[in-house]
Amino acid sequence: MRRLLFKSLVQGPLTEPAPTADDAAIVELAASVNRSARKQLGRTLAIRQVDAGSCNGCELEIHALNNVFYDLERFGLRFVASPRHADVLLVTGPVTVNMREALERTYAATPDPKWVVAVGDCARNGGVFAGSPACVGGVHHVLPVDLHIPGCPPPPVALLRGLLALLESASRD
Amino acid sequence: MNWPHSIVTRDDWEQAGERLRREEASLLGLWGEPGFAHMALVEPEGCVVLSCACQGNRYPSIGRVHPPAIRLERAMRDLVGLEAEGLPDPRPWLRHDGAYAFLPAEGESLHQIPVGPVHAGIIEPGHFRFTANGETVVRLEARLGYVHKGVDALLAGASLERAAMLAGRVSGDSTVAYALAFSQAVEAALALSPPPRAVWLRALAAELERLANHFGDIGAVCNDAAFAIMHARFGLLREQVLRTADACFGHRLMMDRVVPGGMRCDLSPDGKALITSLLALVRKQFPELVEIYDNTASLKDRTVDTGILSPALARQFAAGGYVGRASGRKFDARRTPGYAPYDRLHFDVPVVQAGDVNARVWIRIQEVTQSAALIEQILGQLPSGPVFEPVDSRAATGPRSGIALVEGFRGDVLAWVRIGADGQVERCHLRDPSWFQWPLLEAAIEGNIVADFPLCNKSFNCSYSGHDL
Repeated sequence: MRRLLFKSLVQGPLTEPAPTADDAAIVELAASVNRSARKQLGRTLAIRQVDAGSCNGCELEIHALNNVFYDLERFGLRFVASPRHADVLLVTGPVTVNMREALERTYAATPDPKWVVAVGDCARNGGVFAGSPACVGGVHHVLPVDLHIPGCPPPPVALLRGLLALLESASRD
Repeated sequence: MNWPHSIVTRDDWEQAGERLRREEASLLGLWGEPGFAHMALVEPEGCVVLSCACQGNRYPSIGRVHPPAIRLERAMRDLVGLEAEGLPDPRPWLRHDGAYAFLPAEGESLHQIPVGPVHAGIIEPGHFRFTANGETVVRLEARLGYVHKGVDALLAGASLERAAMLAGRVSGDSTVAYALAFSQAVEAALALSPPPRAVWLRALAAELERLANHFGDIGAVCNDAAFAIMHARFGLLREQVLRTADACFGHRLMMDRVVPGGMRCDLSPDGKALITSLLALVRKQFPELVEIYDNTASLKDRTVDTGILSPALARQFAAGGYVGRASGRKFDARRTPGYAPYDRLHFDVPVVQAGDVNARVWIRIQEVTQSAALIEQILGQLPSGPVFEPVDSRAATGPRSGIALVEGFRGDVLAWVRIGADGQVERCHLRDPSWFQWPLLEAAIEGNIVADFPLCNKSFNCSYSGHDL
């Protein structure tokens, strides 16, 4: 193990340069991020992920944000264990009927100011599951959504670009 | 290749239940449609499908004599409305309406810990009800169904193309395995075989998927034992596999690449070279990490003897994948019933008896080595030619059904499909390996401390979405 630790020291970081923030996302966010919220938050956002019926594909890519290539925490973005600690809810899935109440309760437990980011095609409009009686279909049917990150699932770079746009909008003076 | 299918009487159906109880056969799946209950079994002479006509929407319960069938029968009632006569547990399962009565645990100083459906990590939703005496878990009961999306209902009446997309999204981590199982079932129903190159490319994609998931899982188990460097290192390997998959097939998880009739795209021109350098990276880094896993006492202290699943239970529940193979059950769908091109490839199916978290990690470690060797063999023998042949699923002769069993990273995925005369899917059922693994997690955690649950859970890594359909 000492050998591995030493190699990690001399090898240098594998973390890749940050992608640019998604322009479309900045436009979508302009309306929802107000000045008072920006002052409170500074340049850091705590994210609570909620799977509201995804196939777990989105979760795999959200997980990847924490790996050495994307290293989400260098931007001041971090995942937290409770909605009570969160500024952002990152919601995936077509919102199943069975998850609706849990999603609503999670939102209610998140302190203001807060944003909802709908991740993946299912969270936008139900995706391939649209029309199923077991799904509500799209996060916006249940919560006010501030930003959509499309994709099935969105690759980590797309997630990163969307989240950076949110961070920029939230910390701009 | 299709399996023998017979429509049986109630007596024969009950006889099959008896064979399951005596462990002369193992249960692969149990599902229904209006008027019929279906069951897939591995008998000594091979895999078979039995169907039982349900007069008055009733059929004799298999769960009455063979507990692994209980949740399947509860789900069948929720989804199709068929009643299993004599079902020992009448509570709803995938349908959530009203309060749910958890099973009781009685004794002194017991307290309950409710967890979920929204968990602390980035994972899928489900509810776990622990009853504990101090730190020690006396009973765990899972309540699932939170991500029930109505997949069976969406599949009924879908075109083959749409159905393949849905199949690939039953459990995103196994998207290749599901798409492959569905495509093989369709091809069995229509008695057609995809071009040889497609068959080999499918195996290539399936083994890449296995590699990526096993890397993720081994790292995550170490992370749950607070050993972060392994998580970082295995995360690196996983990411490299996904990037290679993206460069080779145009999608990081290889979604929608396997379709009835073959593959939707060929391997990219530089694919072979990319995979060869991926294998070189794995061969260089993986043994070092395995050595660290094996020589770190504080890590082994958490995994050895934790969450033991007995071989008897693994056998009774016909547990697939690393869960079964870590508890002495040597079953691999690539061997039984087996499918091309694995009949022309050399690989071992690792099995150990210990049944603890460590054993489930070791099975994955050995499977990584096997998958890497398989990928090398596949690249060496990859035939040339087309990768897709259009499928004409219409026929005047009436509906045709097909079934397939495919080895995903987690275990065997069962797909059954019936295609109508109009060429659309009439009914389709996809059974995740997790159906037979979730109940075993409840058994494995008994007597362990609450703090070891994440470790046990990760070592099983059951699919919520695949189970909830």
